[in-house]
Amino acid sequence: MIGVLSELSYWQVTSIRVVAGLVAVLLVAGTLVYAHLFKMVSFMQSRLGPMEAGPYGSLQLMAEIGKFLQKEDIVPRRADRFVFKAAPFVVLTSTFLLLVVLPGGPDAWFISNDLGIYLAMAVSSVSVIGILMAGWGSASKYSLLGGLRATGQLIAYELPLLLAVVGVVIQAETMNLQEIVLAQANGEIFGWGVIGNPFIITQFAGFAIFMIAMQAELTQTPFDMPVAESELVTGYMTEYSGLRFLLFFIGEFATAGVFSAIAAVLFLGGWYVPGLDPADNLFNVIGPLVLFGKVVLLTFLVFWVRFTFPRLREDQLQRLAWKFLVPLALANIVVTGVLKVVV
Amino acid sequence: MSRLSSTDTVEAGADADAAKSGAVEAEALLARLSDALGDGLVESHTDQGAVWVRVERDAWADLARFLSDEEGFGFFSFLSAIDWMPSPFGRDMDSFVDNALDPPEPKEPAPTETGVAGGDTRFQLLARVNDVTSGRSIIAKADLPADDLRAPSWVPVYPGADWHEREAWEMFGIDFDGHPGLRHIYLPGEFEGHPLRKDYPLLARRVKPWPGLVDVELMPETDDGGDATEGAAP
Amino acid sequence: MTVTERQQLSYIAAQAADARVNLEIETEGMTLNIGPQHPATHGTLRIVAKLDGEQVVAAEPVMGYMHRGYEKLAEVRTYPQVTTLINRIDWLGSFANEVPFILAAERLMEVEAPPRAQWIRTVLFELSRIANITLFLGDMAVQVGAITPVFFAFRDREHVLNQIEAATGGRFHPNFDRIGGLKDDLPAGWVAETRQAMRKIRAFCDEIEELVEGNEIFQARTRGIGVIPPDVGLSYGLTGANIRASGVDWDVRRDSPCGLVHDQVDWKVWTHPDGDSFARFWVRLQETREATKIVDQLLDGIPSGPIMAKVPVIIKVPAGEAYVETENPLGVMGYYVVSKGDLNPFRVKIRSASFSNVSITPWLLRGVYVPDIITILGSLYFILGDIDR
Repeated sequence: MIGVLSELSYWQVTSIRVVAGLVAVLLVAGTLVYAHLFKMVSFMQSRLGPMEAGPYGSLQLMAEIGKFLQKEDIVPRRADRFVFKAAPFVVLTSTFLLLVVLPGGPDAWFISNDLGIYLAMAVSSVSVIGILMAGWGSASKYSLLGGLRATGQLIAYELPLLLAVVGVVIQAETMNLQEIVLAQANGEIFGWGVIGNPFIITQFAGFAIFMIAMQAELTQTPFDMPVAESELVTGYMTEYSGLRFLLFFIGEFATAGVFSAIAAVLFLGGWYVPGLDPADNLFNVIGPLVLFGKVVLLTFLVFWVRFTFPRLREDQLQRLAWKFLVPLALANIVVTGVLKVVV
Repeated sequence: MSRLSSTDTVEAGADADAAKSGAVEAEALLARLSDALGDGLVESHTDQGAVWVRVERDAWADLARFLSDEEGFGFFSFLSAIDWMPSPFGRDMDSFVDNALDPPEPKEPAPTETGVAGGDTRFQLLARVNDVTSGRSIIAKADLPADDLRAPSWVPVYPGADWHEREAWEMFGIDFDGHPGLRHIYLPGEFEGHPLRKDYPLLARRVKPWPGLVDVELMPETDDGGDATEGAAP
Repeated sequence: MTVTERQQLSYIAAQAADARVNLEIETEGMTLNIGPQHPATHGTLRIVAKLDGEQVVAAEPVMGYMHRGYEKLAEVRTYPQVTTLINRIDWLGSFANEVPFILAAERLMEVEAPPRAQWIRTVLFELSRIANITLFLGDMAVQVGAITPVFFAFRDREHVLNQIEAATGGRFHPNFDRIGGLKDDLPAGWVAETRQAMRKIRAFCDEIEELVEGNEIFQARTRGIGVIPPDVGLSYGLTGANIRASGVDWDVRRDSPCGLVHDQVDWKVWTHPDGDSFARFWVRLQETREATKIVDQLLDGIPSGPIMAKVPVIIKVPAGEAYVETENPLGVMGYYVVSKGDLNPFRVKIRSASFSNVSITPWLLRGVYVPDIITILGSLYFILGDIDR
């Protein structure tokens, strides 16, 4: 990719990246919506899901988008118009920014930043601002309660999320996501290196904490109090309609995909499959697909849990984060650090 | 409860005994009630184990207190009222369409009759409480003079009476002294009138033709049915 | 009627919350208007909650959005016509609404349905209980955020509705009960199919037990939440599973049966000592199982014979007053029927279960958190038609 890209001018490279980013976000989000929200859940709930639009309802999402685009974009009269209108874009921006650091192959990346994971964790917090904007700007009590809940929750779960990553960073000795993948591809577990060293094996506690905290960051059940539909209607999204609601909706699934991709990079070896040379140019083609497959696997977990579990209460959620996940993550760091030094 | 194979005779005997002991119990309860309320207890009636008592309006709250505190009637079932005035409306309140075809006679005013345990006035309070441990129940009534529709509230004794009294207030216009806040419960705040009073017309009947007051049709006899099929056959 | 430790703790917590609210420096509270159109209030119940943060300072249910004035309408309907109205009170267990009214009219007319009609009546009565409560079991999970179980509830309730439809011709509003018996006899093969449906319902109960009741999050959300001490519950007129979950061993089916044949079969009244939301869920789950057992046993013993007693074609009920109550799916439902010997009842007082069950909410919701409003309301299980009549 480097070889090809270096011959192109700046604007050409930029447009390719923009298109790739859009494709990566929308295609992933669309696939997840169809495969998980429409189909997997339907089968779990003993129904068929959409069957009319396209073969097996595969074009249902297109129909939904068409429907949402036709709907009136309503802004409540007492809403803070600018804040209200900007909020979904802020949330979606955070999703796109997350994508920037993700490697899809040895040369297929947007930016290879030495602070990659740090950047990812930082920009993922931007969505909190968007949600708080939505909650405040809607001038609705449900939205406000939802926005406040979301803020408290996202801040609480940033910490275990970050601490879970630290274990991986210690083991890989880098914060660059590309190099974390390579560290897993070239690594070995106590001298046995046939499948490399996907960190899910050595960092299983970290993986579990990351997935739980991710579930909370995505505000999916059992941590979906901000949008708890039986209590707060849909929380901070209550007053949104039409395109802006769609942006929140797509953003939710796209973020689930991107977060799962980060988890796949950190713990499942990213674009790498065992048995091949990680420097092989083939990975620039199949790497994104491999990563996508791992994303589908992880999001399956996310949505499986989402549609199975009941919801915690706000205080129980905070207790879980501060009293259980944070100490566990800290212990994980200590153990990893000690082992790193000793072994 | 394992009476899978009980025979009828045993059942009947047991039922008769139970009914007898129930009647004795009811008598004893009424005796205690009349001791406690004195002249407040106006009339009583028992029928198949069910007990009706009618008390003076002033003894209404004492009755609740006695039943709840002394007799263990802890369960509050319902509170409502009865308007004993016969409805002044007849078929003339039906819709214009119905009346045009078949003009009805204005209804003759009928004398007011009251039900079990008697009654002297048009409005009568009606409430029921249970004792769930022994399975006893009692239905209480109290007459309310038409020009002074008020009664002591049961809310201090049975908090569950709150909503029932609000309902009786809006449906019959009965005031309850000591109720924490009599306001509309079902009807909109600006609603006028008391719908469950008999002199409140049911206007739905007036504005919409009635599909038929008596929908009872005689079953076709076999020979009639035969005729019908013959007639219908081409 | 012992108060368990958990009840006491939660009661103390609620008291402390009250005290704190009163003592704290006056902050500007927020009034949250839940409903009348809100996903949690299956129907149009509105709850005005004054909040301090996420804690409820005072909550006041506002109803009447669906008041249909059945007590007034019943006064201008003939006795057979009234069942059409009262079918719509608790619309999930419609047949059970008809039974106490018909029994009251039968008591006034001094007729008794033939044994076969009584047995079939009881079977249908229990089937409507199952149809009603299966939906609660799924719905309770939705109230705490798990959306899948409700689909299982809809799926398996269908088996029962199909049986009700096969027997009565109506899925939701059978209008099948008649003074003196039933409209029709059972269709051929109905008994075997119903047995099959009961097996499916029992499997559904097992499924719900594993999926919802055993779930730690569900327990964390419902245990110790919304505790109703037995004496308070009774004085508010709570009935059915709500009061049995507080440890009151009282079931009208067992303690004062009239006209139904529950005393002919072997079954058990379940109670739970805790009185919290979990207990209410648990008791209802057990009751659904018990109801399937009742139906199974009743199906074994349906006597042969006519299904209608001799009643006149035009029904005039002799003057008198009768109150009959039965243990309906939502709690005790009773009709106080006053007759003056006409075609119409003179006055019908409908004692509906949900009206009394919900009247405890202002007491119960004080001091709880907003998410608990929903679990408590869900566990009290009301049907709007049953509140508003």
